[in-house]
Amino acid sequence: MFKKFQPSTDISGQTAVKSSVQRSLRAGLLSQWKIDPDTLESIWPKKENITLVKCRDHISIYALNGEPLFFQHFDGPLYPTLRLLHKYPFILPVVRVDRGAIRFLLAGAHMMCPGFTSKGGWLPPPEEALPAGVAVAIHAEGKEHAIGIGITKLSTEDIKKVNKGVGVEVVTHLGDDLWALQKV
Amino acid sequence: MSAEQATTAAPQPKPPVQVLYCEVCTFPPEYCEFGSRLSKCKEWLKSEHPDLYDRYYSEEALQSKLGTMSLEQQTKLEQEAAKKEAKAEAKADAKMKKKMSSQVQIKRIQRQKNKYVTAIHGLEAFDIDLKKAAKLFAQTFATGASVTKNAQGLDEIVVQGDVSDEVFDMIREEKGVLKGVPESNVELIEEKKKKS
Ligand SMILES: [Zn+2]
Repeated sequence: MFKKFQPSTDISGQTAVKSSVQRSLRAGLLSQWKIDPDTLESIWPKKENITLVKCRDHISIYALNGEPLFFQHFDGPLYPTLRLLHKYPFILPVVRVDRGAIRFLLAGAHMMCPGFTSKGGWLPPPEEALPAGVAVAIHAEGKEHAIGIGITKLSTEDIKKVNKGVGVEVVTHLGDDLWALQKV
Repeated sequence: MSAEQATTAAPQPKPPVQVLYCEVCTFPPEYCEFGSRLSKCKEWLKSEHPDLYDRYYSEEALQSKLGTMSLEQQTKLEQEAAKKEAKAEAKADAKMKKKMSSQVQIKRIQRQKNKYVTAIHGLEAFDIDLKKAAKLFAQTFATGASVTKNAQGLDEIVVQGDVSDEVFDMIREEKGVLKGVPESNVELIEEKKKKS
């Protein structure tokens, strides 16, 4: 999503967000992320206004005092930026790829099912299975911090069963152009 | 809210994890090995965080890091990392050379008998954000400043009024976003109004 993303040409403008919209964004974050209102308050205090940074291809980045906090593609899930996820790693459910997949992920590839089902990978157990279409933190074998954020293309149980093709689409990763965008 | 909930201790926000990022490649140091400046990253980590350096690059760490990868895969990875690093260095060199041969021109243009504008171009070659620079000029001189395309299709900043000497000084003194342009790469030009 942020491959060849150039702030100078791909950001079309910044606008203030109406307070009613801010309220519904806040409600969206509370329902989609595993986060309590107090922690959200420390990330985005109620009295502070968030800015909408409009980008190409219907990507919306929301920034607080110039720091990108979360983003959305069309009206899809609300994704934290990777830096925010590093600070609050519990807000998204975790999947893990094996070490062999790391360099492909960093080159911008989507993650194939075998990367999760091999010995170095990890998916939640059946009782905590994730449906298709949810935001996930992508971790990597042997690493402490998330390497990227993605959206499940198959449910995690189907990833195990089908075990071929793309299992998780990567929306942002270490070193992409959103990672480089520390201030807007 | 029930009485029971009300009596529980005030909820506390969870504190953020303080993540260390590599000053060379911006990744968490555990991912430096996948970046394109590994030797510089290692130098930095060794001098700034020797404990972490040992954790990530000691013999045992390198052994256990292999995880489920085969030795063959790992060797391939290392070769690719070295190649990537050499490529990135060559690219950085070329960029630096290009930068050092780029010129910034500050042009005083006469629009009417007593009316001038100042056009500045070439700042983008030094990674200066033109929109931010235009804003800085507008604020400094309390005048209009905009980013436009010139006749050659190149971006330039046009500031109302004759501020060419002041702009030259600002670049020399590296005011605000105007950083990293050597004085010798800046030239002042005057464009007289064409006689009609
Ligand atoms: Zn590094």
